[in-house]
Amino acid sequence: MGVEIQVNDLSKSFGKQLIWGDVTLTVPAGEICVMLGPSGTGKSVFLKTLIGLLKPDKGSIVIEGTDIASCSERELYEIRKLFGVLFQDGAMFGSMNLYDNVAFPLREHTRKSESEVRDIVMEKMDLVGLLGAEDKLPGEISGGMRKRAGLARALVLDPEIVLFDEPDSGLDPVRTAFLNQLIVDLNAQIDATFLIVTHDINTARTVPDNIGLLYHRHLAMFGPREQLLSSEEPVVRQFLNAQRVGPIGMSEEKDADELAAEAGQELPPLPPIPLQLDPSNGVPRRSQRPAGEWCRENGVTPPPGSFESSNAGLAPGA
Amino acid sequence: MTSRALAPIGTAGNLFAFALDVGRGLFRRPFQLREFIQQAWFIASVTIVPTALVAIPFGAVIALQVGGLIKQFGAQSFTGSASVLAVIQQAAPIGTALLIAGAGGSAIAADLGARKIREELDAMMVLGIDPIQRLVVPRVLACMLVAFFLNGMVSVVGVAGGYVFNVVLQDGTPGAYLASFTALAQLPDLWVGLVKALVFGLIAAIVASYKGMNAEGGPKGVGDAVNESVVITFLLLFVANFVLSMIYLQVVPPKGG
Ligand SMILES: Nc1ncnc2c1ncn2[C@@H]1O[C@H](COP(=O)(O)OP(=O)(O)OP(=O)(O)O)[C@@H](O)[C@H]1O
Ligand SMILES: [Mg+2]
Repeated sequence: MGVEIQVNDLSKSFGKQLIWGDVTLTVPAGEICVMLGPSGTGKSVFLKTLIGLLKPDKGSIVIEGTDIASCSERELYEIRKLFGVLFQDGAMFGSMNLYDNVAFPLREHTRKSESEVRDIVMEKMDLVGLLGAEDKLPGEISGGMRKRAGLARALVLDPEIVLFDEPDSGLDPVRTAFLNQLIVDLNAQIDATFLIVTHDINTARTVPDNIGLLYHRHLAMFGPREQLLSSEEPVVRQFLNAQRVGPIGMSEEKDADELAAEAGQELPPLPPIPLQLDPSNGVPRRSQRPAGEWCRENGVTPPPGSFESSNAGLAPGA
Repeated sequence: MTSRALAPIGTAGNLFAFALDVGRGLFRRPFQLREFIQQAWFIASVTIVPTALVAIPFGAVIALQVGGLIKQFGAQSFTGSASVLAVIQQAAPIGTALLIAGAGGSAIAADLGARKIREELDAMMVLGIDPIQRLVVPRVLACMLVAFFLNGMVSVVGVAGGYVFNVVLQDGTPGAYLASFTALAQLPDLWVGLVKALVFGLIAAIVASYKGMNAEGGPKGVGDAVNESVVITFLLLFVANFVLSMIYLQVVPPKGG
């Protein structure tokens, strides 16, 4: 059914280096959220903290009443059974072929017979388009294939929460489009809570119900997709529209001089908000809200041309 | 500054905590028999040939040295015994240590390090499986087992090498060499050699696993982890050898002394 994740006042540093602090957000049950942020802002660290692989310095992460940040090792292993995680490079076990990799969680955690295992594995391999590659070793396939195999393994135990670390990096545009559709269809099908870390603006604009932006060691904004896409807040606006003008520079932040030089520059208008990606059977997902609803309810006028099907899925400036 | 200076102590503490975790993992079921056998086979396969190649010259050098010295004392009748003692008590465990750390330990560190940076270990933990119980415990046991056998092998090859050199090059008489075996050497000498080998295998595997599992910073991090694990293991093994030898010499009185 999907499970809610409540993150409260979370901070993480390595030694003296603060990665991010005071992150507070709620990932609603069954919805798709995207976490964005420039490279190196600690998105992967955030995901690892959510599953208890890294301990935060302070704050809490509450899932079904258990605080991941302070629970015992035993409880942690228990709560992790709710999760399916797709790591940045797939994290397939190098010594096993793809079939055994995907079958691994089933063999470890269920008492299913080999033929039942086979059925489930084949179904998931089919889902991610890897039928016929079961006998390959992870070292023998491309990064994109490893990633899809990682997704198959993450889904095999029917998780309540699925975390994706950059599912679309290293994939070609066509595969990315298929993968995004797959994510939406999966969410419609299993109703799990999805949290996706990505750099891909197009994914961020069309797939999620909610968007978060990590920037400059804090959570700059987290909220419904339409809120962020219509936001005038400089960082959010710059990142979601892939512009050079704004507070984000090549190396993290711009200094005062650079910002002063930009002061007179006129910002390009906000591009139209695209339609959200529908499941391929056309039936809206349970957590999907009608296009433009958030804008209407909050009295925000979306940029001209928003929610027109001709603009659907177009990246800004495309 | 102080944090830099204290870093080694922190590392030692972490290493010790890791060793305790391994100890706890030892008793957790199910025991990973398959992994254990595979690892034992693997470690044996990378160490046997180099060990044999090291053992022959090792035994020969000791035989030459001891034989030469003993001749000056005019105590030729003890040649066999003295070199057996030297091989079994010191040369065999040290030779084993070098090979276990250099070949076995580096392979373990490289393997676990690669898994760490590919996030395989993270993935394993997320799938609810403890990598210490699953991967480290079988490796530690396998390493100890192989060290045990290697020690036996170095002893046999070393003694045989010493025999050949003494008899062929130093004109010793075969009968005298063999007959003097029991003059100084005694059964506990064999035991202490074996105990040493087990301890060395344990230390080498734990250091290598610890370094491998804490590798970070991409492929270069794995290289660094392997390098550090070999150096640290060498240091620890020579210290351990010294301590064990001291204790042994205190506890077991030398024969005929
Ligand atoms: N185990 C660690 N020890 C020390 N520093 C770390 C560790 N893991 C990550 N970091 C640091 O945390 C910061 C954030 O890293 P992270 O991998 O989360 O970035 P990211 O947002 O996922 O970037 P990308 O988009 O490139 O994947 C980096 O500066 C990195 O050096
Ligand atoms: Mg990352």
